[in-house]
Amino acid sequence: MNKLKIVLNGLIKENPTFVLLLGMCPTLGTTSSALNGMSMGLATAFVLICSNVVISLIKNIIPDKVRIPSFIVVIATFVTVVQMFMEAYLPALFESLGLFIPLIVVNCIVLGRAEAFAAKNNPFDSMLDGVGMGLGFTLGLTILGSVREFLGTGKIFSLTIYPEHYGALIFVLAPGAFIALGYLIAIVNKLQNK
Amino acid sequence: MAKIKSSFKNMLIVLTSITCLSGAILGGVSDVTKDAISASKLSKQMDAIKLVAPEYDNNPIKDQWKVTLEDGTEAIIFPATKNGEMVGAAVQAMTKNGFGGPISIMAGFDKDGTIKEYTVLSHSETPGLGSKMPEWFHNKGNILGKNPSKDNLTVSKDGGDVDAITAATISSRAFLNAIANAYNAFSNSNDANSGATHQNTDKKEEGK
Repeated sequence: MNKLKIVLNGLIKENPTFVLLLGMCPTLGTTSSALNGMSMGLATAFVLICSNVVISLIKNIIPDKVRIPSFIVVIATFVTVVQMFMEAYLPALFESLGLFIPLIVVNCIVLGRAEAFAAKNNPFDSMLDGVGMGLGFTLGLTILGSVREFLGTGKIFSLTIYPEHYGALIFVLAPGAFIALGYLIAIVNKLQNK
Repeated sequence: MAKIKSSFKNMLIVLTSITCLSGAILGGVSDVTKDAISASKLSKQMDAIKLVAPEYDNNPIKDQWKVTLEDGTEAIIFPATKNGEMVGAAVQAMTKNGFGGPISIMAGFDKDGTIKEYTVLSHSETPGLGSKMPEWFHNKGNILGKNPSKDNLTVSKDGGDVDAITAATISSRAFLNAIANAYNAFSNSNDANSGATHQNTDKKEEGK
């Protein structure tokens, strides 16, 4: 398989947020601002790349029947590593993402890619798949976060574009997440069907 | 390499070794980050004290003591002294009445109980509404320079002097409740200390 194709597959053709619709819980929960969305995406991407590589390395010594528990342990280990490093060196970010970092463990993208790709391919391809999927997820969350932050508070990445006073607060709250995501998916589908 | 068979022995060995290995890795990472985590927590507390307390020359974190209030919440008092004289304190207090969960604040008081400055340490209020607390009570619903014993620090809906955050009365009430908790903790321990020599060790004992 073409190496570049693996990366682009995750980034565009099978984008986890807009096409596969995986990992909706952090997608809706953490994208109240562009920065939060991007950080969550990058944390997930890190876990995805590491776990894909490790799982692809150890796939042959794992008996099939304990496959899923083994994968979960590997993923949970990396998530906890991310959590501890973030708490130590990026405390402000850790506070704003809070509960959603440990929840990466049950993010279906991570387990889904382990099962669907890493368990069948070599470590290098698995890493590329992790990069593609991870960046695709980051891209999705950053776009959604930017749209919500822009419509809700008039800022993007905390840079004021129009006065906060005119923002529609609903976009920062939960309902706005669903509305914005729905329209983004519609736009992406429209573009891809052309 | 061929796949290992799913026999009971194999499964047991593989799962055990994977979990042991990841346990060891996590232990190592925890060791590395432990110091940095506690340092960042401490420096956050220190920054908050510096922001709210009157000018001091002691070490408030070393001299802190805890007070349990009537509603069951705990407040931590960081006394500020200058040249041995008590000049005020920073008080970390919380309330359970927040709209989205507990609110934890750090408030600074002068010797006579006037609110000097405050900062919100953690909250889970609605973004865009209750989350305006850190700025709101500096500007529109100003509480700085007021004294909870003289001024009525409740929201105007409850007959008080403070303008509540627009569309976030519950959050505003909760915030003022936390401020009141901080003031109560401060004034109670102040009474206990009145007349006593301002030795930090004494204060610690009496505060308990």
